[in-house]
Amino acid sequence: MSSLSLALRDSSTMLRRNLLHARRYPSLTLNLLLTPIMLLLLFVYVFGDTMSAGISGGGPDRSAYIAFVVPGLLLMTIGSTTVGTAVSVSNDMTEGIIARFRTMAIHRGSVLIGHVLGSVLQAVASVVLVGAVGVAIGFRSTDATVLEWLAAFGLLVLFATALTWIAVGMGLVSPNAEAASNNAMPLILLPLLSSTFVPLDAMPGWFQPIAEYQPFTPAIETLRGLLLGTEIGHNGWLALAWCLGLAVLGYFWSTSKFDGDPR
Amino acid sequence: MTDLAIAANGLRKSYGDKTVLDGVDLAVPEGTIFSLLGPNGAGKTTAVKILSTLITADGGQAQVAGHDLSTDPRSVRAAIGVTGQFSAVDGLITGEENMLLMADLHHLPTREGRRIAAELLERFDLTDAAGKPASTYSGGMKRRLDIAMTLVGDPSIIFLDEPTTGLDPRARHNLWQIIRELVTGGVTVFLTTQYLEEADQLADRIAVLHHGTLAAEGTPDQLKRLIPGGHIRLRFTEPAAYRDAAATLIDTTRDDDSLTLRLAGDGSQRHLRTTLDRLDAAGIEADELTVHTPDLDDVFFALTGGTAAGIPDQPKENAR
Repeated sequence: MSSLSLALRDSSTMLRRNLLHARRYPSLTLNLLLTPIMLLLLFVYVFGDTMSAGISGGGPDRSAYIAFVVPGLLLMTIGSTTVGTAVSVSNDMTEGIIARFRTMAIHRGSVLIGHVLGSVLQAVASVVLVGAVGVAIGFRSTDATVLEWLAAFGLLVLFATALTWIAVGMGLVSPNAEAASNNAMPLILLPLLSSTFVPLDAMPGWFQPIAEYQPFTPAIETLRGLLLGTEIGHNGWLALAWCLGLAVLGYFWSTSKFDGDPR
Repeated sequence: MTDLAIAANGLRKSYGDKTVLDGVDLAVPEGTIFSLLGPNGAGKTTAVKILSTLITADGGQAQVAGHDLSTDPRSVRAAIGVTGQFSAVDGLITGEENMLLMADLHHLPTREGRRIAAELLERFDLTDAAGKPASTYSGGMKRRLDIAMTLVGDPSIIFLDEPTTGLDPRARHNLWQIIRELVTGGVTVFLTTQYLEEADQLADRIAVLHHGTLAAEGTPDQLKRLIPGGHIRLRFTEPAAYRDAAATLIDTTRDDDSLTLRLAGDGSQRHLRTTLDRLDAAGIEADELTVHTPDLDDVFFALTGGTAAGIPDQPKENAR
């Protein structure tokens, strides 16, 4: 068997294993979904009027704020589900089954690739769920073309892949689930510090660089542009660069950690 | 001479400044059972981890199934099966799913994978529990599933790190039977155990690991001959007879509470006859007489400097 077909076969076996885990024990994924959904409802129904009035400088316009806030929350959903990835990777590494995998003549990376593929699928499913809640409370993206829809989907998948590889690395260096959850905190905090809830230029000047020079803001601006037709500008390339950079970094970090002797 | 399934030279491993293995040589012929004995912390598990490619040695070299551990770990992995000390099953999925996972990772065709999984589940008495998550299994069931998973790929060398720990006597004997069957089929078994009886029952050769080096190596009989642990034990119910016997016999160890005398000796016929003649001449009748030949416990304690049971003038029974 060639090494590529070995990698494909073992990775799909590992993916099946991870999906089986997710199907049997969906509570972790579902719990992580609560945060973005709760924030969506909170910001739209409780703060919505004030936020929209503050941003536009005009009167309260809740439906405009729904349109503004949904793209950021979709990306935040990805951040949340990847915390689950870090936790489940860390849990998995403490199990004897991983030691067994290491002593088998299987494709070495398939254990991690299975986790990544499984997590990306879960992240996409979660985005669809949160998106459905968004649509239910009035989010519309009817002006976007099919091509823009596909691009938006591609961006979500790429972003999920990038964050997942980082989360896998975080899971590998964490001695237990609690530590993994703590180490993965930035993946939940960063979207709060981005342009999810208010535009960059509505933030105080000293804070703007913090919001600007991080992966979520360019990805949010790109997603907004694709779904709502706002200006994307250089954010498209920036988002792409962040995604590829994080994915490559996470990949090499994770595989080098996994290839070493187990702790 | 048969080919060696495992050949190791000067294996070394340290964690920080703690040396776990300090130059261990091993030679295990194909189709035999080799047992590594040693007290807790002697480095048994570390040796298994190195030989099964789980961790890398700091020094030394080893061939497993004819392949070098450091240059060709993949070929080693293709030949071995490992059941570690801690259950290597996926607790979140069912026993059957665990077996099918192994079949998939060994790239068996679906139908054959199902057949082998079902066969092994049956052989390890897990058919009824096959549909339940492995996390709900008892310790013994997990261990059986663990070993069944190891056998899916039909390995030619099997590492078993304390395989019967936590098993009840019946399950232990069943497993011994399975290990014997495997070896009859040509498989090599590398076994670590804390049960000396287990090594005695199963192993063709035994190595005693102590402080990271091999304290002794040989067949169970060779090891037993290494130390003088034989004695005759006489038990009395009459205090008078007990005192008479103690006065008559030389070289005894007295246990006044249980009215038991212990005579150091090699357990030979001559020694036994001399003892009996003396007792007869004095008209003393013991209520119970047992001849104790050295067993692996004696060897183990003597070699690893445990509670000095190999030294004849200490009551060994108290040491256990």
